[in-house]
Amino acid sequence: MIRIEPREQTSRAFALGVPVLAAGVALALAAIPLMAAGANPIRAYSEMLRGVFGSVFAVSEMLTRATPLIFTGLAAALAFRARLWNIGAEGQLYLGAMAAVAIGSGALDIPGLFLVPLVIVVGAAAGAAGMVAPTYLKVRFGADEVVTTLLLNFIILIFLQMMLEGPLQDPMSLGWPQSAPILDQGVLPPLMDRMRVHSGLILALVLAACAQFMLIRSVWGFKLRAVGENAAAARHAGINVKRSLFGVAAISGGLAGLAGVSEVAGLKGYLTADLSPGFGYTGIVVAMLAGLSPVGVVIAAVFIASVFVGADSMSRAMGVSSFLADLVVSMALLCVLVGGFLAKYRILRTKRAEAAS
Amino acid sequence: MMDLLNILLSESFWAASLRIATPLIFGVLGALICERAGVLNLGIEGIFVVGAMCGWMAVWLGAGLWGGVIVAALSGGVFGLLHAILTVPLGLSQHVSGLGITLFATSVSYFTYRTALPNVSSPPRIEPFQPLDVPLLSDLPFLGPVLFQQTALTWLALLLVALVWYVMNRSALGVALKAVGDNPDSVDAQGLSVYALRIWAIVAGSALMALGGAFLTMSAFDAFFFGMVNGRGWVCIALVIFASWRPGKALLGALLFGAFDALQVRLQTEMGALVPGQVFLMAPYILSIIALVIAARSADYPRALLTPWFKGQR
Repeated sequence: MIRIEPREQTSRAFALGVPVLAAGVALALAAIPLMAAGANPIRAYSEMLRGVFGSVFAVSEMLTRATPLIFTGLAAALAFRARLWNIGAEGQLYLGAMAAVAIGSGALDIPGLFLVPLVIVVGAAAGAAGMVAPTYLKVRFGADEVVTTLLLNFIILIFLQMMLEGPLQDPMSLGWPQSAPILDQGVLPPLMDRMRVHSGLILALVLAACAQFMLIRSVWGFKLRAVGENAAAARHAGINVKRSLFGVAAISGGLAGLAGVSEVAGLKGYLTADLSPGFGYTGIVVAMLAGLSPVGVVIAAVFIASVFVGADSMSRAMGVSSFLADLVVSMALLCVLVGGFLAKYRILRTKRAEAAS
Repeated sequence: MMDLLNILLSESFWAASLRIATPLIFGVLGALICERAGVLNLGIEGIFVVGAMCGWMAVWLGAGLWGGVIVAALSGGVFGLLHAILTVPLGLSQHVSGLGITLFATSVSYFTYRTALPNVSSPPRIEPFQPLDVPLLSDLPFLGPVLFQQTALTWLALLLVALVWYVMNRSALGVALKAVGDNPDSVDAQGLSVYALRIWAIVAGSALMALGGAFLTMSAFDAFFFGMVNGRGWVCIALVIFASWRPGKALLGALLFGAFDALQVRLQTEMGALVPGQVFLMAPYILSIIALVIAARSADYPRALLTPWFKGQR
């Protein structure tokens, strides 16, 4: 028989090692589908490495891909800390993007000094509204936010298509469902010449640092963690749980909205219905790999972005489906979940008689 | 107004409602079994995809339609077992594990499909289930076209509603299953295995979910497409709460949803010039949220839902 027993304390090294190990195991397991697809895994891994770190351009591509994942990863990490299950980052991302093109693509022709901050603030506000609404349904009616945020993703995506064929459609697009481009002065400037990596990355890093500081050092962060660990006890201690939930909902939704702003105003320039290949959902994996720590989110986002960019490049070179990246990412989530268990508990072999007692 | 009445009285409308409801009936029943045993299964969306892909692929490889159904159910069971191991003996977060299963199952399906069919522009088609033309009964006015010209999978879904109702309400297994989701300690005290009951409930529930997916590729359509499940799994999770974990109400919920979806398509053709089509496309998801909001207050959640249980720990 086996018995499961909580560890008295988890060593810091173990807790930090789990995500690294999980990521490694997930990558190693990818050898199975690679071989099933008839590819040589060693060659595939080296193609992936080259695709991510082989040139300045490759690194720039990877950081470009990591940028929205830092935003959505932070969105999930903060909400999950308060046990608010925001699975709606995908929809909130599009709300942010829609708000950005609504005011940034010609409605307001003002200098960039004002336009850029305005686009950022309005995009964040739109994303925030997308999470505050389901939080209201949870607090007021007890409607499970997992289900409502998931369903909202679909509603918002259909709404987006409606907007792109209606009010937000670029009159010059010859009927294509895409928005007018963000005005030149509203664009988040690139960080390097002839590279796609843009200043949205700087914004993401600054916000990650702020989130880390707020979560660990501020009264707000203390309350949020208290609500997440034990809402009843937090209420008993005089914390306004509802206010904490609405606060973290607004911040989480706002961060997801910024992912949309950053993709539209920093990378693509205009909005289409395929702006995000699931950044909202991948953000959940990023947050879990990061152990819900904002600084960890940055590292995890870089890892996940490397997997995607590396797999894309490997896919082009070797003809293996780039869905391999999604496979690695999902396995990493499951591995880190199991790893978290091993860090918290130990599995003991016991004698039958003892187990029965 | 007359148009609406015409739609509501037409046979084709009710036949379509039942057809659209079929995958949801499978899905809601599956989710219901898992949750009755105390475990939320957010893997449902991915398990739908796996069932759709595996069932279709088995038929495409020559397994026959019922062979495909069995393969689909087994594939769902496998991913259900994974979710069960993570959430029952290991007691890990049911939310995170479920989402992980959805991502994993979806990417396994897509990767397998892409690897098996690297360069197809139009997906290969199979010969899907045909409507059962029951002699005599299918000639009945109204009921004939609505009930007796559905495919065998719709009938299987209706049969499963009755079976799940029977097991839940009239069998010892049902008593044990409900108890394990309400008060696992009492089940343990009677010498039954909480782990085994929960694990098998999740495996069985997941197999049903996969049948919902299989219906899409083997009855509603005749091929597999990326993104074809399109949130149906999540709708089922909302419908279970709406149905307050009862098989009969689950059927009702799925039928209401199917009717609404069928109505939406018809209104879209009638009023397409006045209102953008997307308004109608959005409606079923909005309806799900409204149903959830209405039902949530009075929802009688299985009391041990989301709570892991470890042997020997009170």
